[in-house]
Amino acid sequence: MKGIFVDFDALFGHLGQHTVDGLSKGSIYALVALGYTLVYGVLRLINFAHSEVFMIGTFTVVGTWSVLGATDSPAIGTVILLLLAGLVAAAAVSGATAVAVERVAYRRLRRMNAPPLIFLITAIGLSLVLSEAFGIWQGRLVKGMPTVIERSVLFTIGNTEVTNVQVITVLAALIMMFGLDVFINRTRYGRGVRAVAQDPDTAALMGVNKDRVIALIFLLGGLLAGAAALLYCVRYGNTRFNVGFVLGLKAFTAAVLGGIGNLRGALLGGLLLGVVEVYAATLTSSAWEDVAAFVVLVVVLLFRPTGLLGESLGRARA
Amino acid sequence: MTETLRQINERRRHVTGGIGERWRALPKWQRAIGILAFVGFLYYLPLLGIPGLTWFRTDSIPQGNNWAGVLFLCAIYVLVAFGLNIVIGLAGLLDLGYVGFFAVGAYSVALFGSTQSPVVEGLQNRFGLSQDWAVAWAICLPLAILLTMISGVLLGWPTLRLRGDYLAIVTLGFGEIIRIIARNSDWTGGPQGIAAIPGPQGAPSPDNEIFGLIDAKPWYWLVLSVVILMVFAVRRLENSRVGRAWLAIREDEDAAAVMGVSGFKFKLWAFAMGAALGGLSGFLFASRGGFIEPTQFSAQLSILFVAMVVAGGAGNMAGVALGAFLLAYLPERFRDFSQYRTLVFGAALVLVMLFAPQGLIPSRRRARELKDRAKEAPANV
Amino acid sequence: MSDTEDLVSLPESEAPTRTDLLVVDHVTLRFGGVVALDDVSFEVRRGEILGLIGPNGAGKTTCFNAMTGVYRPTSGEVRFDGDRVSGRKPHQINRLGIARTFQNIRLFPEMTALENVMVGTDSQHFTSVPGALFRLYRKRPKPEELPVVDSHNGLVRAWQQTRLVFAKVFGISRHTLEERAGEQKALALLRFVGIADRANELARNLPYGYQRRLEIARALATEPKLLCLDEPAAGFNPAEKEQLLKLIRDIRDKGYTVLLIEHDMRLVMGVTDRIVVLEFGKKIAEGTPAEVRDNPKVIAAYLGVPADAS
Ligand SMILES: Nc1ncnc2c1ncn2[C@@H]1O[C@H](COP(=O)(O)OP(=O)(O)OP(=O)(O)O)[C@@H](O)[C@H]1O
Ligand SMILES: [Mg+2]
Repeated sequence: MKGIFVDFDALFGHLGQHTVDGLSKGSIYALVALGYTLVYGVLRLINFAHSEVFMIGTFTVVGTWSVLGATDSPAIGTVILLLLAGLVAAAAVSGATAVAVERVAYRRLRRMNAPPLIFLITAIGLSLVLSEAFGIWQGRLVKGMPTVIERSVLFTIGNTEVTNVQVITVLAALIMMFGLDVFINRTRYGRGVRAVAQDPDTAALMGVNKDRVIALIFLLGGLLAGAAALLYCVRYGNTRFNVGFVLGLKAFTAAVLGGIGNLRGALLGGLLLGVVEVYAATLTSSAWEDVAAFVVLVVVLLFRPTGLLGESLGRARA
Repeated sequence: MTETLRQINERRRHVTGGIGERWRALPKWQRAIGILAFVGFLYYLPLLGIPGLTWFRTDSIPQGNNWAGVLFLCAIYVLVAFGLNIVIGLAGLLDLGYVGFFAVGAYSVALFGSTQSPVVEGLQNRFGLSQDWAVAWAICLPLAILLTMISGVLLGWPTLRLRGDYLAIVTLGFGEIIRIIARNSDWTGGPQGIAAIPGPQGAPSPDNEIFGLIDAKPWYWLVLSVVILMVFAVRRLENSRVGRAWLAIREDEDAAAVMGVSGFKFKLWAFAMGAALGGLSGFLFASRGGFIEPTQFSAQLSILFVAMVVAGGAGNMAGVALGAFLLAYLPERFRDFSQYRTLVFGAALVLVMLFAPQGLIPSRRRARELKDRAKEAPANV
Repeated sequence: MSDTEDLVSLPESEAPTRTDLLVVDHVTLRFGGVVALDDVSFEVRRGEILGLIGPNGAGKTTCFNAMTGVYRPTSGEVRFDGDRVSGRKPHQINRLGIARTFQNIRLFPEMTALENVMVGTDSQHFTSVPGALFRLYRKRPKPEELPVVDSHNGLVRAWQQTRLVFAKVFGISRHTLEERAGEQKALALLRFVGIADRANELARNLPYGYQRRLEIARALATEPKLLCLDEPAAGFNPAEKEQLLKLIRDIRDKGYTVLLIEHDMRLVMGVTDRIVVLEFGKKIAEGTPAEVRDNPKVIAAYLGVPADAS
């Protein structure tokens, strides 16, 4: 049976379950969304190639695990080792890729003050290059990997079963989000970022090195995308040369939903989007979850044209 | 900072020897002859047999695609580029979901024109019509344009108040939604798509002598004629109050509003006209293929459309036409690299944008040509 | 209101009457914590040149923005020729008859000077997409609007004659008539402000002085009843300022009412009929140039002494 068939029992019978599932799905969106939001907040541009930064992170995890000889559900010590190694490797490679993207695709254009449309096209071009390179190198089929964390129910509240994977995903995302917030709002580097976001020219006059700040935000975005890649691998257990496209789209939607350029907005948008998608998928079928996501986006933008929390990285603290 | 952009243009002018300027300096009749010769050549293109030039044919390589078929696709893309150019190049609105309009146009003729479509079957049953009944192709044409314009207005009405970047993501979502609906609904034929889409001579059949399934030449000539017609139509818009309003909005929307330009109204018109052209090209595309399915309308195609407009030179009809032609033609001619096609395409996109940020043929608006009477008027400084 | 008690105020009988073109009525405008306009009231009378002066950040530009619909006043309202302005969109306010220039020039850089002005003239016209595309709405041309037949080349002459017959039989489309009228008017305006020699150049390539004048021409093209100029002489040398003052007087002599923002008090004295002085968002004085010049509050404001101290 195709067409829209709404099944309320499926949703409301297990509302808690679906909410938890949505939050864990949304955590990954949120981490990737932070990358979009950081770059947008400072440069006012959509870094379309960020999705490939994430994709490369997932392949790094696959590579690291296969080098370390990971197997299905290993001992707990090995699990921790694998997770840490995956995190470090993915964050490093993704971070480096993000910085390289800025160097190759944007720096020259920034210097000549090109209009935003141009950035968008180079980013699209670069993103094609990256995903195709992996398509050619790693093959175009879905790439599996060992199930490092065997899914198991950690605790139950009412009829809601919370699994270890869900807890890890949400916790990891929250911790990283918190870390980023502290970094941006409490450190000297963060102050530089906020200064450039508010007024690049004045910041430059005050002695902030704009290029360095921009490299820094790309690096931060890349690191978070790497972390998201690890969580994605843990949750889904596979990847593909084009995973970035859809996930990047969702993450960007999440960023806009929360208020692009706003760090907390990215978190809120990501979690909300995840929940909306899971609800929609349960109510109808998974085919319609994307439609629901975009409908929610449009409705939110109609009533709050700059997203739920409004934009502005510069005033992230306020 | 903008000096650099100017320097790039200077360099380009040096390389091309100012072809554009020299061309515009020619007397009107010489230009007319030049244009006529070029148009004649375009009509001759599918028969291309001049020694030396046959190298350009896509069937000159092993397993190359039918040359006229490739030209047909090029012409369709040029039409798409004209439409998207109104939205991006003239009005300055970033539309990343243009494939949605292309799909609406294609599905209009499929759903109403094909005897196999669930919509037509529904109408047959409801009104007791014969099994062969379907809406005629000639009626599907205005219907397709009307439906795409409506979808353009429906998309634009709530979203055009949003700032540029938000618009980009919302339009991207629109394109995806159209594809998802097409894929997951019964009345659109679902993932199997719809076959038996009619052409000018009715439902596809071996008896169709001109617009058949095998020979693509007449189809190419048809679309080429539509393209030429649209050149005139779009230029009429460009050189009118509407075109000026679009440019003013693109340049500085707030200043335009204070000068009395209703931003919303003209942006909506830009969306509607862009949509109409996208729908028209989708309509022609579906008629020629005789069959469509949802995977033909992916978001990647939208992005390709934007790329051809921007890389060609947003705002310039010749530029976007060149961009569209190259992006459709090159991958077909160089199939040897088929595995690396997308990779090379992406790299080329990056390089073009880095070294010619205003596109292959930048939009240098011709100064409005003054009438003689005006020139006589003394200019006091 | 206590601040404005001792203003040089007009006799009661001359308070708001039909001579008032624009009335700013107790307008307050806040940006977060910043009060950019604090209960400001004044009026612009038909046919006068009113100066709006005040130190940096006094709220002069904000006042323009509140009048032209760019911002909405937090409280109070602006009335123009009997109509409420507040709440309307900028382009509707323009139709009512207010036009303005910008302190930081905001032309359409990729359009020629002529096209910039024609965007202004377009506000008087009606052609939209169907009209431009199909040109079905046709009018019987006046004799001077008919195509001319003047060529000696037989072929061209035949073509011109065909067009003439066509125009006589089918009329001329509104699009064409409007384009011609707009172009003529735009050119006349460019000549009036003195930059017609570079009508076909892109606005971004024009020299600074030309750009300022082009903004004035573009604003005039919308046929406003009130022309608001935001520091039109900024960055000008004395000779250029003198030329500009002459232009502003010419504009008034053509029957326009002018509201002029200017920092430079000495400059405004020469051209305005009355002056309103703002400081920190409040109106501190109003009156003829001579009255304002001798007002201690104004002197204090310009010398940097707090107004309370006087
Ligand atoms: N969009 C805005 N957001 C926040 N504050 C603003 C905004 N626009 C103006 N202001 C503030 O309002 C006050 C008045 O500014 P305004 O530009 O009207 O002054 P002005 O009299 O035109 O000064 P100048 O002579 O420098 O042009 C200033 O303190 C300014 O910082
Ligand atoms: Mg000002």
